[in-house]
Amino acid sequence: MQSATPFLSLILFIPTVAALLLLFVPSNERGVIKWGAFIASLLPLALTILMWMQFSPNAVTGRFQFEEIAYWYPAIGASYHLGIDGISLTMIFLTTLLVPLGILASFSLTERVKGFMILFLLLETGMLGVFMALDLMLFFVFWEAGLVPMYFLISQWGGKNRNYASLKFILYTMGGSLGLLLAIQMIGVTTKSYDYLQWLGNWRTLDAVARPLFGLPVSTVKSIAFWAFVVAFAVKVPIWPFHTWLPDAHTEAPTAGSMILAGVMLKLGAYGFLRLVLPLFPVQSKEYAPALAVLATLAIILGALGAFGQDDFKRLVAYSSINHMGFVVLGIAAAAAAAGTDNALLAMNGAVLQMFNHGLYAAGMFFLVGVIYDRAHTRDLNAFGGLWRLLPIYGTVLMFMSMASLGLPGLNGFVSEFLVVRGAWPVFIAATTISMIGVFFTGAYTLKALWKVLQGPLNVHWVGHLTEMTTRELVVVAPLMALILVIGIWPAWILDVINKTVMTLF
Amino acid sequence: MDILVWFIPLPPLLAFFAIVLYSNPRKALSHSIAIGGALLSWLMGMIVFIAAITRPDLRAHPIGSVINWLPVANGWFQIGVRIDPLSAVVLFFVVWTVLGIFLYSVGYQNFGQPAGEHDHPGLPPEGAAIRVRKGLTHHVMSIEPLYSRFFALISLFAFAMLLLVVSDNLLTLYIGWEIMGFCSYALIGFWYGKKSARDAAIKAFLTTRVGDMFLFIGLIALYVQTGSLSYAGSLESSAALAKLAAPAGFLGLTWAGLIGILIFIGVVGKSAQFPLHVWLPDAMEGPTPVSAMIHAATMVSAGVYLAIRIFPLVTLGWQQGAPITAAMTVMAAIGTFTALFAASIAVTQNDIKRVLAYSTISQLGFMIAALGVGAYVAAVFHLMTHAFFKGLLFLGSGSVIHGMEHGAMHAQGDQPAEGHPTGEHVDPQDMFNMGGLKDRMPITFWTFLAGGMALSGLPLVTAGFWSKDEILAGAFNGNHLLIFIVLAISALLTAFYTMRQITLTFLGQPRTEAARHAQENTRTMTIPLIVLAVFAVAAGWVGIPRSFPGLGAISSNPLESFVGTMIPAWLEGHADVAGSSIPLLTSLLVSLLGLYVGYMVYRKVDAGAEDPLRRPLGAWYAWAQNRYGIDALYHTLFVRPAVWLSEVFTYQILDKKIIDGILEGIARGTLGLGSLMRRFIDVALVNRAGDLTGSGVRGLGGEMRKAQTGKVQQYMLLAVLLTVLVGAVLFFILVRA
Repeated sequence: MQSATPFLSLILFIPTVAALLLLFVPSNERGVIKWGAFIASLLPLALTILMWMQFSPNAVTGRFQFEEIAYWYPAIGASYHLGIDGISLTMIFLTTLLVPLGILASFSLTERVKGFMILFLLLETGMLGVFMALDLMLFFVFWEAGLVPMYFLISQWGGKNRNYASLKFILYTMGGSLGLLLAIQMIGVTTKSYDYLQWLGNWRTLDAVARPLFGLPVSTVKSIAFWAFVVAFAVKVPIWPFHTWLPDAHTEAPTAGSMILAGVMLKLGAYGFLRLVLPLFPVQSKEYAPALAVLATLAIILGALGAFGQDDFKRLVAYSSINHMGFVVLGIAAAAAAAGTDNALLAMNGAVLQMFNHGLYAAGMFFLVGVIYDRAHTRDLNAFGGLWRLLPIYGTVLMFMSMASLGLPGLNGFVSEFLVVRGAWPVFIAATTISMIGVFFTGAYTLKALWKVLQGPLNVHWVGHLTEMTTRELVVVAPLMALILVIGIWPAWILDVINKTVMTLF
Repeated sequence: MDILVWFIPLPPLLAFFAIVLYSNPRKALSHSIAIGGALLSWLMGMIVFIAAITRPDLRAHPIGSVINWLPVANGWFQIGVRIDPLSAVVLFFVVWTVLGIFLYSVGYQNFGQPAGEHDHPGLPPEGAAIRVRKGLTHHVMSIEPLYSRFFALISLFAFAMLLLVVSDNLLTLYIGWEIMGFCSYALIGFWYGKKSARDAAIKAFLTTRVGDMFLFIGLIALYVQTGSLSYAGSLESSAALAKLAAPAGFLGLTWAGLIGILIFIGVVGKSAQFPLHVWLPDAMEGPTPVSAMIHAATMVSAGVYLAIRIFPLVTLGWQQGAPITAAMTVMAAIGTFTALFAASIAVTQNDIKRVLAYSTISQLGFMIAALGVGAYVAAVFHLMTHAFFKGLLFLGSGSVIHGMEHGAMHAQGDQPAEGHPTGEHVDPQDMFNMGGLKDRMPITFWTFLAGGMALSGLPLVTAGFWSKDEILAGAFNGNHLLIFIVLAISALLTAFYTMRQITLTFLGQPRTEAARHAQENTRTMTIPLIVLAVFAVAAGWVGIPRSFPGLGAISSNPLESFVGTMIPAWLEGHADVAGSSIPLLTSLLVSLLGLYVGYMVYRKVDAGAEDPLRRPLGAWYAWAQNRYGIDALYHTLFVRPAVWLSEVFTYQILDKKIIDGILEGIARGTLGLGSLMRRFIDVALVNRAGDLTGSGVRGLGGEMRKAQTGKVQQYMLLAVLLTVLVGAVLFFILVRA
């Protein structure tokens, strides 16, 4: 379905154009830079909302909408091909929502504002491109393009240990993507095309062709490609045991960087599973799904235990991402193992919604950690105590966000966890049941953060040193809280879009 | 009418948002909004209740409707509301107790009193000094600093409880259940600045969460097995029950039995049954209206309500008179044991609220035991009467504490304006500091007496007698002799500790100055007491068995004929059989005996005297008073290993040592390989030709070394190396192809 307005290109490149324009603004004009970046980042959000309203979940003609296709790299058969379905739409909305909030959250920044804002906007383009690309060369370009700004955001604006963290982040992710590049090349050469829709047609059914590839049986080649994809995405999600870069990177990144890292970048990995691994390798996915489910369970349990073991507020929140993304992986594993059944549909619905939900409350939690860090200049949980008395509004917001992250029914996290568990339980009874241990510890670490920061006897050291959240900071969390509540009470508006897409995937 | 049910939970929810977002700084407005919301819910609840009891055959035609909520695969997950005989009864006592407790909170949180100069949010108000004469001040109670927040939270709680009651399915029930859990956490820890309150809140949340995890899996399993979570679709339809009768392949249970037990573990957490009972006594750290509402009348009752809802699951395949099913056995065993266990602790407690807390645990055990032996109506009956009389007792104890605090301040007399108040500090909750309050606080005394007598099961006049008698009769008639005896002993202890409490608190002489100066509370506190006292006595009359000698002739037992319709079809014919008179005589005997002994032992306790039971019971007394050491045991068995597992094992050993160790090992290995290659290939072979490249790499390495703090350069080298390697492989493959 072609669209009259090139929504996707506009959304994709407005941030880049804005970043280029910012280059010409003098560095000391901080106000202009901040507001310019903020306003520029609102445009993609507005366009995304418009696009959402025009998006028809019931469309029967073709799975992708708002498609755009242009001449790009004909020599190797790659083209500029964009298009979205319900899953990418949800992710694009998440991205275009979190970027302006991240920019607004960074208004407190005083050092090298210009560079920060430019990198931040470039980062947005990189991430959006991954969600929009229907050409695998393009996909890979955006995949890598998103890494670079994030590397600099961490290494230039990060905390004490930023060099270690940023390098570990970029090398680990790039190490993972080498296999991705290899696999994409391999499939591209085999099918003479990099177009996703073509691949869906001819790579999936390649088993029928008896001709060996590269001197190896087709099934072996497919397995190699499958594992190359899996490793790349597993590092990104991250799936246990590829997760140790995450606590370092998230902890050291500046507040807005952590918001985007947890809010969007982790979703790139899960999105890769949904977009590439499951549709292109249904047989291998099904075969290895039980292993994936075991890893997901380990992520849920060990992520929660890891979070509970922290004394650094930000590190605790970082570990919580491993725990929450475990549910996404569990849903994906169940969907792969039970493809074609209602269980798979439910698990997949849950996984996608969990991606969106985690984006909201993880960004919110990192932001709130940033708020307290800006004032106290420490993240040590043992240094706080009883702060609710000094910061009643902050305390209440933190309580709300923590409850969303804990999966309190009535807020968004519960809906997606319910769907994932409902879908996964009949498929992997033992793994799903055991992961409830992790859900219990989710409660434990969430309460640990609350009791260390807000409750208990007041640490009198802070009297007179901490100020309440500003209006600007409230504006950052308000949209997140509103969405969290709305999805918790009435999830149908977003789940309907996801559900109808998921049903076409199988 | 079907639509009206949807609106019952909403006013308190709107009140919550209105208070949080708007009226927070205005205390009078906040409580007006909250009480207005509760009043609206009460009104709608009563309209629906009357419609329900007047509708012929409510069981077959419940009030309610459904809507589409969640798109799932090819259909919708529907949620809805439903008022059937069971939810009608629960709705009735919930709206009454909620309204009463809201009203009571106005007085309890000292509305209209000045703000205390030493009061802080998150700590209980300490009182305010008002100037009486030049240089002299008099201490009075001060208003709660977070007054509005309190009303916001109890409104949210009321919403959740009403949502749970009107739900027609287990998912929205679970949503209400969990929101209540959160409110319970927030309200137990309402005075969050107190370490003990904070710890109690966490304990409550996490202990119930253990049960909730099992409950959640139980719901999922039920949904998977029956394709539905609505009561009608999963618990009552014969098609669903037929599927559930299949073996689950786990411990020889059927699916119904397995799911029933899983859900029941959630009940064990919520209703504080052994072994997950430890949180409820500590929950008394919260303000007393919270203890009354959440930890006596509504939330813990919700646990039993769920157990009643899943009655078809646990009894599936059981016939009247046959041996009980595995799930029923579990319930009967846990309920019976808890009833006795908690009652025996209650006997040794001195804190007026803790006695009631253990009493609640024990009484909930009675209900669970009743369900375990298949006495459906008896469980519902006791659930209702207990909500009234235990809510009343908690509010009464709050009134006593409040009166004692007032007395303590009054006893100090006028003080110099400077400095902190002086004088004796008495624990206003310790019953050994009380005595003689009968004359100081007459309304509290008479209403507390009504509640206490109902709890003890004083024959004929009180509600508790009728419902407890039903349970004992159920156990006896079902030939569960052991359960019957244990429950009878528990009932004896119940009457004993209740009379101990009444005697120590209200009778005899005041044992402290505070008790001597205690004062009756304002009308917002006493009116709810009076209303609940009426129910504590009269609520039992709806369930007098027709077979009861004398009174039975004029009783139509409306409760039995109303709620009895909810009993699953395969258990019909159980109702109201004229059994032996032994259970009745037992009820009479244990109640009167317990009351008499309790009075005789405690009627003359002097100030400073120790508990007269301490010496005769010896070590056992100390053991029971220390809750049989279970809290300490749990700490050693679960809490400390969990902390070690997370802090040391998962983080330090697994992530830092093993996983990062492997990564760094790879990095070190490649670094070594890299330098070997450089020494033997670059330098030795390529030598001069590679000079330029070599110096380039060295320069780059030097640059990178500057940027690094740790071993990260190894990663860089690893990546470079990998790129070369993969590039070579790729090249090889492409050329070959």
